Amino acid sequence: MSDPTPDGTDTAPTAKDDPVVPTAWGVPVVESGGQTVLHPPVDRWLETVKACQDDGFCMAIDLVAVDYSAHPGRTDLPSGIKPERFEVVASLISHASGRRVRLRTQVPEHDPVVPSLFDLFPGTEAMEREAWDLVGVAFDGHPDPTRILLPEDWEGHPLRRDVAMGRIPVQFRDAPAAR
Amino acid sequence: MVRIPGVGDVGDVLSDGLEGLEHNFITSRVEDLVKWSRARSCWPATFGLACCAIEMMATGAAHYDLARYGMEVFRASPRQADLMIVAGRVSQKMAPILRQIYDQMMEPKWVISMGVCASSGGMFNNYAIVQGVDQVVPVDVYAPGCPPGPETLMHAILTLHDSIQSGELTRRRDTNGGGAAIQVEAQPATDQPVELAPR
Amino acid sequence: MADELVDADGGPDSGTGTDLGSAERVRRRDETSAVLRLSEAEAAVLAGGPDDPPAGDASDQRMILNMGPSHPSTHGVLRLLLEMEGETVLRSKPVIGYLHTGMEKTAEDLTYLQGPTNVTRMDYAAPLFSELAFSLAVENLLDLEVPLRATWIRMLMCELNRVSSHLLFQATNGMDLGAVSMMIYGWREREEVLRFFEKVTGLRMNHNYIRPGGVAADLPEGWQADVRRLLDLIPPRLDEYDTLLTGQPIFRERLQGVGVMNPAEALALSATGPILRSTGYAWDLRRDEPYLAYDEVEFDVIVGTHGDAFDRYAIRLNEIRESLRIVEQILDLMPGGDFRAQDKKVTPPPRSRIDESMEALIHHFKIFTEGFHVPEGETYAAVESPRGEVGCYLVSDGGPKPYRMHIRGPSFVNLQTLPHLMEGGLIADGVAVISSVDPIMGEVDR
Repeated sequence: MSDPTPDGTDTAPTAKDDPVVPTAWGVPVVESGGQTVLHPPVDRWLETVKACQDDGFCMAIDLVAVDYSAHPGRTDLPSGIKPERFEVVASLISHASGRRVRLRTQVPEHDPVVPSLFDLFPGTEAMEREAWDLVGVAFDGHPDPTRILLPEDWEGHPLRRDVAMGRIPVQFRDAPAAR
Repeated sequence: MVRIPGVGDVGDVLSDGLEGLEHNFITSRVEDLVKWSRARSCWPATFGLACCAIEMMATGAAHYDLARYGMEVFRASPRQADLMIVAGRVSQKMAPILRQIYDQMMEPKWVISMGVCASSGGMFNNYAIVQGVDQVVPVDVYAPGCPPGPETLMHAILTLHDSIQSGELTRRRDTNGGGAAIQVEAQPATDQPVELAPR
Repeated sequence: MADELVDADGGPDSGTGTDLGSAERVRRRDETSAVLRLSEAEAAVLAGGPDDPPAGDASDQRMILNMGPSHPSTHGVLRLLLEMEGETVLRSKPVIGYLHTGMEKTAEDLTYLQGPTNVTRMDYAAPLFSELAFSLAVENLLDLEVPLRATWIRMLMCELNRVSSHLLFQATNGMDLGAVSMMIYGWREREEVLRFFEKVTGLRMNHNYIRPGGVAADLPEGWQADVRRLLDLIPPRLDEYDTLLTGQPIFRERLQGVGVMNPAEALALSATGPILRSTGYAWDLRRDEPYLAYDEVEFDVIVGTHGDAFDRYAIRLNEIRESLRIVEQILDLMPGGDFRAQDKKVTPPPRSRIDESMEALIHHFKIFTEGFHVPEGETYAAVESPRGEVGCYLVSDGGPKPYRMHIRGPSFVNLQTLPHLMEGGLIADGVAVISSVDPIMGEVDR
């Protein structure tokens, strides 16, 4: 059955307002285009990933952070999950069964912290650093929470939607005189 | 006034280089010889950054062969290099290092900006890429392309060689105060894009 | 499938990693870890100024050495902070970001048709794979079926791109180890493949050829003769490389036993591609999660035994042979048909139709100015590039431009293995290790 939200309050109704929500490994699951997507809440992030790892998901393929502030009305979440500004998405793969699973957790804007997966999957070290660097989601328990792609003294998180592209107008020099 | 018989007045050589020699028959021959040899043994410094570096390596390889111009020795140490081919996109993190390598090169030195990313920022007009490497170092020849094929790069190199051999580059730098005399001042960081003069 | 995944001892893999040897080495967090977790600012403080007297006493051999980012052997703009005791590397940290281009941010500003021009410049040695991952992700969201001929053309071009990328590896690997003539030979073969690419796609590199819906243009007349020429030319040259390098004692001494990894560590560090396969673990997306038409061609997955740099060299050399084997089969099996999905909303009409039909003109205009809209959703598509698994995570909000596009670059993840491979080795071996990991910095930094 659907899990209660972390703070126990009513959730915003989503398009798939269904009283019976399928679950897997204890969290709501959605089949999105043939791909299995789990939606654990942030406080169950580590235990869900651990449960998947115990079930044969031996490698963490990818970890991404997304800023949904320019697209608040997304409809692909199961009912019972309240959409937040940030999402952290981890993709796992099981070589023995050939299955992939994707875990999406909602991270609130006022407290953008997610437990780090380093102890379960050391390969997420660089991926979490990139998510912190570009989007600004912090990872609790990460061994080296410093910027990885931008200069260390850079301010801001460029992949957030409220940060501009940073274009400068094209500069045309004086054309050389005709020869 | 230091006068050497035949050559003439050489007092200004220390400050003006070759252009400081009094022009007579013998010194102009010396000048031509020096410019000829500078053009023909122009050693590039390894500054391959991104995709253009692959095409630069292809130009140095057997099919397109930079060795026929005496340029196949890509020197890792900037002290031994004459030419810096900036091959690839220069990110904000890399720009100070680019300047540092350029400063470590000995005069006379030249810069070819290879590819559109080095020349103007290319297709990446965003927060991360310096919009043209001439914001950081003075560029002598721009080679367009994404990436420029080896033939384009060689055309750029030959254009540079012609400019070196005709002395045009040395003359231009004297009038513009360019070359090693360029002073780059650090601008305070702003969060507004710099508005340039309207076209 | 489970019995084909072999661990280093040759036994079956249970999938939980317990039979694969320990991965504890890579989980250490403190000073005993192989990763030097020092920020650049701290390292700069430790290094001091150029005029400061040397710190520590004369017998203290431990120092932090900076290698790169402008360095002849670091494969692009990679900077390594090495903590060394004499010539032995104790801990290290790869510092990246010197080629950060903000491509994921740029992707949010480009339409789906322009997307491949952006992603192709990430892994610039194997650009077609990034284009393929992006196009597959877009086609997933569009639920678009790609015609059979387009699928086979994509497979042909990708396998030839694998050949050219591995030839680049052979060239740079040889040069890094001192076999400078290998550089010339590798590029000589690569030129032949690039000539074919120029004939088909118009460009030698960064082709923007594989687009959502199919490919940009059909194969030109006479392509079979060109491919046949490549198939006749390259294998004898590969045997030349074997003579030059594989049996040669100095080459073997420099690479065997250098940069050793066991399968559990590689899995824990999320390494894919030749690094994972060199440990004896047979995982190749072309065979285990077939995409395009890889289940219809026969090829072997090359696997190493010792997990060292020599295995990685040999794997890549033999993968060239396997790719040419696939290309030969494609020559015979290539079907006819469309090279692009005939969906008017996605595929621009042929130029001649624009003069004839108003509708074609309007579609052309809409597709090239605004772009085609992709339904809301998110997806992940992965392919096996020469460096490992390159994947594209795409989030769409229903508009003509991606909402968030993230490319899982294999080199970015594989670079995490570098400190563990270099631990305890000599600094000269460090160069061999970096070369065997074969990072492409465009894909690391994006």
